[in-house]
Amino acid sequence: MDAILLQILNGLDKGSAYALIALGLTLIFGTLGVVNFAHGALFMIGAFCTVVVNGLLSLERVTLSETETNPWGEPLEIRVQYAELWFGDFGQLMVDYSVFWSLLFVIPAMLLIGIAMERGLIKHFYKRPHADQILVTFGLAIVLQEIIKQIFGANPIPQPAPDALRGAVDVGAALGLSPGSIIYPIWRLVYFLFAALIIGGVFAFLRFTTFGMVVRAGMADRETVGLLGIDIDKRFTAMFGIAAVVTGLAGAMYTPILSPNYHMGMDFLVLCFVVVVVGGMGSLPGAVAAGFLLGVLQSFASMTQVKALFFGFSIDQVIIYLVAVIILLTRPRGLMGRKGVMET
Amino acid sequence: MLAKLLNNKDTMLVIVFSLVVLAAPLLLAPLGAGYPDLMQRFAIFGIFAIGFNILFGLTGYLSFGHAAFLGVGSYSAVWMFKLLSVNIVPAILLSVLISGLFALVIGYVSLKRSGIYFSILTLAFAQMSFNLAYSVLTPITNGETGLQLALDDPRVLDGASTEGVLPSPQLFGLEMNDTAQVPFLGMELQFNVGFYICALILIAAFFISLRIFRSSFGMMLRAVKSNQTRLNYTGINTKPYTLAAFVISGMYAGLAGGLMASMDPLAGAERMQWTASGEVVLMTIMGGAGSLLGPVLGAAIIKYFENIFSRINDNVIEAWFTFLPDWLGDILVTLISPFVGKGWHLSLGLIFMLVVIFLPGGLVEGAQRVSRWTVRSVKRLQHSEPGSSKSLEPGETH
Repeated sequence: MDAILLQILNGLDKGSAYALIALGLTLIFGTLGVVNFAHGALFMIGAFCTVVVNGLLSLERVTLSETETNPWGEPLEIRVQYAELWFGDFGQLMVDYSVFWSLLFVIPAMLLIGIAMERGLIKHFYKRPHADQILVTFGLAIVLQEIIKQIFGANPIPQPAPDALRGAVDVGAALGLSPGSIIYPIWRLVYFLFAALIIGGVFAFLRFTTFGMVVRAGMADRETVGLLGIDIDKRFTAMFGIAAVVTGLAGAMYTPILSPNYHMGMDFLVLCFVVVVVGGMGSLPGAVAAGFLLGVLQSFASMTQVKALFFGFSIDQVIIYLVAVIILLTRPRGLMGRKGVMET
Repeated sequence: MLAKLLNNKDTMLVIVFSLVVLAAPLLLAPLGAGYPDLMQRFAIFGIFAIGFNILFGLTGYLSFGHAAFLGVGSYSAVWMFKLLSVNIVPAILLSVLISGLFALVIGYVSLKRSGIYFSILTLAFAQMSFNLAYSVLTPITNGETGLQLALDDPRVLDGASTEGVLPSPQLFGLEMNDTAQVPFLGMELQFNVGFYICALILIAAFFISLRIFRSSFGMMLRAVKSNQTRLNYTGINTKPYTLAAFVISGMYAGLAGGLMASMDPLAGAERMQWTASGEVVLMTIMGGAGSLLGPVLGAAIIKYFENIFSRINDNVIEAWFTFLPDWLGDILVTLISPFVGKGWHLSLGLIFMLVVIFLPGGLVEGAQRVSRWTVRSVKRLQHSEPGSSKSLEPGETH
């Protein structure tokens, strides 16, 4: 029982990331009908926004000490972070919680990048074949990835979680099981709650606002909405921006779990495509459900007992793909796919 | 009979193609690309791209996982070298066979869906194969290190080597890395055994693809591309045709992989990564998907520029701009250096985007456009010249 609960928890953080990226992919796909191969790059850019903010916040002023010297007899360097210098204790708090501060930067940045991408490039591809859309976004993904590599280098850049959220918490005791049975890192819980918040926010936005209603109407029948005198293109552009923000936030908050590197986007993207296909192309609840489902499944497959069932074969590396194959063979439209979406 | 054969456009195409390929060491030497390693890569990637074109160019199914077949071909070939013999014939046969089987399984599942779904499925399968090769199946693939020949390999047909030197792949005694160097007009021409084997196979591959393009089977594949629904309504099951195309192109990829291992007997998982799949897509698109010569052209151009670009480093660029004032030179060096050397992939991505955006038919279409434009403007000139000279005649006016 403990072990099963632990694996479910373990799967949730990866599942949250899958769900968020798949949600962004589906938002773009459902509205604009474009499969965005550069979506992983957005996840990566979100993560690197955090790196930038963290770097800016921890900029240091270096002064030479007049009295003390280092072992080589030179004046000792005193390093003081500007944030601390200017804001005192609050400044230190700012540096410590840089991941959260970076979210304030990620939202406008990703919104701009998303809108620029749609207006600047993808807009011109609506009337072109799907293959062209895939190819051009694929090219864009390579370019963005290489630019990030040129700027930040090829090595991962570790990002710390805030001090208070760095340790682990005894979930088992909180749930009334024997203490110490389930120890779980706090940040992963934070990530899960954050993902739940974002997903809830997006669904509420689509459900309860007029804007969201128009967008849903546009997803169902773009032409009719256009005939009613609504500029649906503008709203869809905004949705592209929102999808970029969702994905960017997912990347930014994931940095304490996985040190950002230039190829993280593509690593996640391939899995998220599978998630979207399993969930059913164009279905938002399907994408989220499949994201969590596959995340949990992957963590179960990494249990030694499960591996023993498969004669020690590391099934966790391929389980997602196997599940995708089985689902596609039995339910070709995915778990919650609608009829008529991308059937041709 | 011979005259009729020579009049045939296709025969001429094959003959010209063969001559160009066989004369490659001579033609490429002035371009600085006449050395065996690069020429082998031209031929191998040409085969790979021709095969990819049979699927993508004819049926329009965009596979993002073809590198998996190339990798499978490489692994099978190296295993053949290890177990049976360093002769490349069994190795290449096995690599084509195994990758064909792989393509059959993957194609059967992926072709359940079409369009975007198909691309995503093939991508997922390729990534799965990469994961399998990289970590899960380490006993077979030797994981990160890659599969290599070893002295204590059984090599049933050859017998274990006694001299303590690793045998190199050969074709009945002809070693792949044998090179005859011939001085010619001040250049060193290198005629390499491996290249000529690749070249002959490339010509055969080109010929087969030509026959497929001209056959009724090829016509059926084109019909699938233009309107699959209509085909279904006329009562035709398109699945066997698309699956056959998928398997054929998978076998081409396996052949390329087997040749790659024959030229340099090692196989690594990185050959199966999605970037490698993207590269062959790029070659085909760049040259012109659906055209006969396009893919080979694209493969040669990409590999040539990869070779040139990735060798340029900051010092080289600085040497170009020594005639300029220092500050201007520095600015140019900073501007150019991200795109060359290790930044080659950035240029590759940009070229890729530019080709897809502005020239979706690839270079072949570009050349056709240019030739049409020249023909038209020449005609216009011919038409307008008498007219304009007439109007200039003072006596003609009233």
